[in-house]
Amino acid sequence: MKLMQHLATAALALGVATGAMAADKTKVGFIYVGPIGDGGWTHEHNTARLAVEEHFGDQVETTFVESVPEGADAERAITQMALGGADLIFTTSFGYMDPTINVAAKFPNVKFEHATGYKRADNVSTYSARFYEGRAVEGLLAGKMTKSNIIGYIGSFPIPEVIRGINSAYIQAKKVNPDVQFKIVWAYTWFDPAKEADAAKVLIEQGADVILQHTDSTAPQAAAQEKGNVFTFGQASDMIEYAPAPRISSIIDNWGPYYIERTQAIIDGTWTSTDTWAGIGAGMVGIGEITDAVPADVKEAALALKDSIASGAYHPFTGPLNKQDGSAWLAEGETADDGTLAGMNFYVEGIEGSIPQ
Amino acid sequence: MDLSSINPILLLASLMVAATPVLFAALGELIVERAGVLNLGVEGMMITGAVAGFIVAVETGSPTMGFIGAAVAGALLSMLFALLTQVFLANQVASGLALTLFGLGLSALLGQGYVGVKPPSTPKLDLGMLTDLPVIGRILFVHDAMVYVGLLLAVAIWFFLARTRAGLILRAVGENHDAAHALGYKVVRIRFAAIAFGGACAGLGGAYLSLVRVPQWTEGMTAGIGWISLALVVFASWKPGRVVMGAYLFGGVNVLQLNLQAAGAAIPVEYLAMSPYLITIIVLVIMSADRSRAPASLGRPFHASH
Amino acid sequence: MFKIEKRPTPSAKWNWGAPIVAVVLTMIFGGALFAVLNVNPFLAIEKIFYEPLFGEYSFYYRPQLLVKAGPLILIAIGLSLGFRAGIWNIGAEGQYIIGALCAAGLALAVYPMELPILFPLMVIAGAIGGALWGLIPAFLKTRFGTNEILVSLMLVYVAEQLLASMALGLMKNPEGMGFPGSRNLQQYPSANNAELIAGTGMHWGVVAALISVIFAYVVLSRHMFGFHLRMSGLAPRAAKFAGVNPTRMVLICMGISGALAGMAGMFEISGPAGQVSIDFNVGYGFTAIIVAFLGRLNPVGILLAGLLMALTYIGGEITQSQMGLPLAAIQVFQGMLLFFLLAMDLLTNYRIRPAAKEAV
Repeated sequence: MKLMQHLATAALALGVATGAMAADKTKVGFIYVGPIGDGGWTHEHNTARLAVEEHFGDQVETTFVESVPEGADAERAITQMALGGADLIFTTSFGYMDPTINVAAKFPNVKFEHATGYKRADNVSTYSARFYEGRAVEGLLAGKMTKSNIIGYIGSFPIPEVIRGINSAYIQAKKVNPDVQFKIVWAYTWFDPAKEADAAKVLIEQGADVILQHTDSTAPQAAAQEKGNVFTFGQASDMIEYAPAPRISSIIDNWGPYYIERTQAIIDGTWTSTDTWAGIGAGMVGIGEITDAVPADVKEAALALKDSIASGAYHPFTGPLNKQDGSAWLAEGETADDGTLAGMNFYVEGIEGSIPQ
Repeated sequence: MDLSSINPILLLASLMVAATPVLFAALGELIVERAGVLNLGVEGMMITGAVAGFIVAVETGSPTMGFIGAAVAGALLSMLFALLTQVFLANQVASGLALTLFGLGLSALLGQGYVGVKPPSTPKLDLGMLTDLPVIGRILFVHDAMVYVGLLLAVAIWFFLARTRAGLILRAVGENHDAAHALGYKVVRIRFAAIAFGGACAGLGGAYLSLVRVPQWTEGMTAGIGWISLALVVFASWKPGRVVMGAYLFGGVNVLQLNLQAAGAAIPVEYLAMSPYLITIIVLVIMSADRSRAPASLGRPFHASH
Repeated sequence: MFKIEKRPTPSAKWNWGAPIVAVVLTMIFGGALFAVLNVNPFLAIEKIFYEPLFGEYSFYYRPQLLVKAGPLILIAIGLSLGFRAGIWNIGAEGQYIIGALCAAGLALAVYPMELPILFPLMVIAGAIGGALWGLIPAFLKTRFGTNEILVSLMLVYVAEQLLASMALGLMKNPEGMGFPGSRNLQQYPSANNAELIAGTGMHWGVVAALISVIFAYVVLSRHMFGFHLRMSGLAPRAAKFAGVNPTRMVLICMGISGALAGMAGMFEISGPAGQVSIDFNVGYGFTAIIVAFLGRLNPVGILLAGLLMALTYIGGEITQSQMGLPLAAIQVFQGMLLFFLLAMDLLTNYRIRPAAKEAV
């Protein structure tokens, strides 16, 4: 327990020190799983960090460590940030869950925010985005825009987050186009642009004329552009450089407002441990501009869906819905609870193929 | 499962594109290894070529200039390796791995301002009549120029090694550097040239990724392709024709497994995902009746002390 | 002009002097790089080399050095045996993964039973798993003449896919709300590779690494096997005449290096990492190749090289979070350090003197 005492003393000393200097700066740290130049997940978190800097100016100082592997390295990087005097630390990958909890126990005066996890403590909040709300809008557009009735979907790994997105998109696509069929390819990697390019090409070759992606590179956009008459959606960032076609809209990760809000709470001393799962309504999930390649009535329908989801009037998982095996899941008018959604490990009725286990 | 949705013509055409980056890098490494040098820094040179090619293409608006820039950048980076291993007589395995680390960092620094930028597109080669040929035309003659440059390079390297005096000298240096030195050949100078060529080829392979196959710049985008290239040189028993075969086999299995997934084949995805690696091993075992071996001086330091 | 002359025996003075010169050169060139990136070079270099060892929080960083260096050293020792004999196992990363999976699989199978014997059994399972994965290329080499470089490397990718599959399927935590990843072995006392003395960073993996250094040192300097190893690498034909069986040599070397890599994976997954996750492996198996050669394949050298690598990782993280230096700059810096260390080795084995006129 010697270390604990050391750390506690250090934390205390820092607490005193930062207390004395409270007049000047609040320190906010970020732990990234990829490089800030990945053009996707980490890039968007870093954009949000810069938004925090811009919003608060001299009041706040931010730091980050990029490409931190999960496990022991993460625990060290987080500890080190806490030792360095951070008041608030965002750990931006699911795999940082246990390390964040471990470090938080040693630094009770430092606040932590863990992305996409489910373990909380007095000084650990969790936050995540309801990307599936954006997927619903994409699904509607995809169902309307496809001529071949085949929609391709590129997934990374079969985790609940990705499966939720597939289901959400499928439900809306099916609603507007009963003949629609999903072809799903798993890249089995988080990051390999060349493989994503191959996957997109394969899907197009097999007849898909709309591609949805749960991977972050623009490779599918380029493949679609080369082929022509294939539509895609930006992922993580807007990918506006491929508008008006193939990219007809996008799902944008927008962490900035949340990061600013939580930093403000630290400054005000009002920070408490919370569980945030926000979507289009709160602005955490952005829908990129729907381009003119989309017919006006379709665009209108998509925007109407977006608005009703944003206002809470409509839930993308509203019954009647059956699971893939035909068993009943949601009754007429019933909506899915967050617990089931968070751990989603089944397809809804109509999707072909099985989830790799 | 609906295997009829897999179009073999399109599959073969895609695999030619998918295999091109690996092909370039592996052909370059083949020359390096034939000269008796083992450069494990292919990944580092590829990613440097990817970023350099991307920057030059974006700034000049010309993909051709991009590819030239990538080759130059790859060759320049490889000179660090040459200096270390040929002048300072440092260990080749460690120097190559250090080069990969260095290249990954350097490329990330250089590419900082280029994330999210779209490069100028590389046009398809207009082959007129040839493209209209049935089947063959739609497999072979629908690509950009670099696909053919890669294939021509393989032929040129075969010709160089098998039919020219310079090629003979290169092989002699790789098989027995002391004897080659005794015969009056400049071992170090020849190896410098071979390493530079290897670097240039790796750079081209990297640029093909960032300019054609993906096309965008993201940090670490080569994602291990350099390592596959190294493995393919071994797979090919240091023969250019077999490098082409290996690259197409590997690229082909990769494209095929994605096709099978999309068609809904009832094979677990994780087995499909490992299939390119397993099949490469199996084919190598089958072919290992042919006991072609590595160049005898491969990886050994040369010092003209006698 | 200068002339490079081979020394009859490596210089004892430069044996120690060369690395110091290399580090100083790295500081100069790396400092220049940092200055170009608008970062105070003196402060950055102090943060990398001084802060983790003697800084304000060195009580935390010193143990972390051991945690980071432990697996590197353990794997590198195993690899160095094969490298001496000219056997190229570059797939330690895969053996590391499989060792971890075997050990974690065993623990998860008997969870939540508290068995004192579980941890030793896991060590054995890890070693066997890693050894078997390493013996695949060895067997193919001895039976079919298949090149071990290719097979061992390809098996890394196969192991990575297996790992992902396990994290998503068979070994997934049933109480994990459907998220990928296994139970955390840190919360399973019988299976946990905890610190032996809290706050020291000393866990069984570090102990194993130190034992392996001593063991390798003794075998290489005092045992016939060490001599055979070196002979197989330098003069395979002579080794044959001396009664060395090349087939056995390949199997032994690949088996030992696989077993050590597997054990490293086992100690990592049961301790610092804690759980089977898609991204469990972080490249120790590849970095260990550099460590083995930086240490000149010598056990003591490997020990020091492993610690130096760990220092640059940890120091690099500090500069990132405290000075805003990008990771890329740290990687370039590490690359430079390796380049200079490798280049300066020249001084150990060769003498540089002004060339006599006629020698040009």
